[in-house]
Amino acid sequence: MKELLKYCCFVVALAILAARVVPSRQALANGFSGGAASAEPAQAQSAAPDLASGSAQLINPEDLFNIIQSSKAEKPLILNVGPSLLYMQAHIPGSEYIGAGSDAQGIESLRRRVRPLPHNKFIVLYCGCCPWGHCPNVRPAYNELHKLGFTNVKVLYIADNFGTDWVYKGYPTIKGQ
Amino acid sequence: MRKSVLLVVLIILVFSIYRVGWRGSGRKTSGPPASVHSVAPDFTLQDLEGQPLELANYRGKVVMLDFWATWCTPCRGEIPHFVEFQDKYREQGLQVIGISMDDGPKPVREFSQQFKMNYPVAMGNEKVAAAYGGVLGLPITFLIGRDGRVAAKYVGEVQIPILEQGIESLLQAK
Repeated sequence: MKELLKYCCFVVALAILAARVVPSRQALANGFSGGAASAEPAQAQSAAPDLASGSAQLINPEDLFNIIQSSKAEKPLILNVGPSLLYMQAHIPGSEYIGAGSDAQGIESLRRRVRPLPHNKFIVLYCGCCPWGHCPNVRPAYNELHKLGFTNVKVLYIADNFGTDWVYKGYPTIKGQ
Repeated sequence: MRKSVLLVVLIILVFSIYRVGWRGSGRKTSGPPASVHSVAPDFTLQDLEGQPLELANYRGKVVMLDFWATWCTPCRGEIPHFVEFQDKYREQGLQVIGISMDDGPKPVREFSQQFKMNYPVAMGNEKVAAAYGGVLGLPITFLIGRDGRVAAKYVGEVQIPILEQGIESLLQAK
């Protein structure tokens, strides 16, 4: 009986682990390329580390929230690289609007914003316009920072969209510019 | 025997947890409580020709209201189906309306021509987004009955057969 119980625990633990790694499989399946809408040149994509879910380059909403709340943790510079209409409806308090990472103007704004910063500055990029595998914005922005030599950049992992994965989960937001 | 039964139960449990995990990361999600059954908020927006587009003018028709954007890959995948629906159900009283959440009308005009969009498209704003419960991710599609009430809300890429079923059932309701 004891052996059976041990066996049960093992299988349940395995199941929980399987459920947790699913996002990573989904992101890998989608390739995180932003599909046809991505404006990022192929060269920059190959130069940057893979942004598959579960990789060190990503941060999940709960972890970012904990960092924002913590009085001790280093506060990141949070940059929104998504569409402005979505940002104006709700965004992470303290985050700055840069412009869509999928267009040249957005990338130029990003370059301008980070120019004076040290390359080890903790930066978090996010968008949340659409499901992770379809987001055309975060990867070009991430690649640009990588190209510029920034070494402490994370991308907020938003599986479905900013509403579902941040706002409706009760994390703080503010409206407007 | 007991061990085998337990093993089967555990396999089912593993599969169930796995499925829940999979769905949790999928694209078909539910947003905040949809304002289904409430009267669809009226709005007046500018269409791509600069003409006013007012929802109230479509009262008596079944309206499919699509919040979308040219940069949104799932939205782009849905548009050809919506064009087809508009043709197929026009005579029965379907009116598709697109509300673009793009930052400007230029790419929307180009897209509209390229995809031969046969229904009005207006540029969205914060006000209309807020009136519809917030558009914090795309696409979002609403079905509005002839009585002007919201009959369904689909957050994320909609399953076309389910949407079509919804349209047909609203068109049949008098």
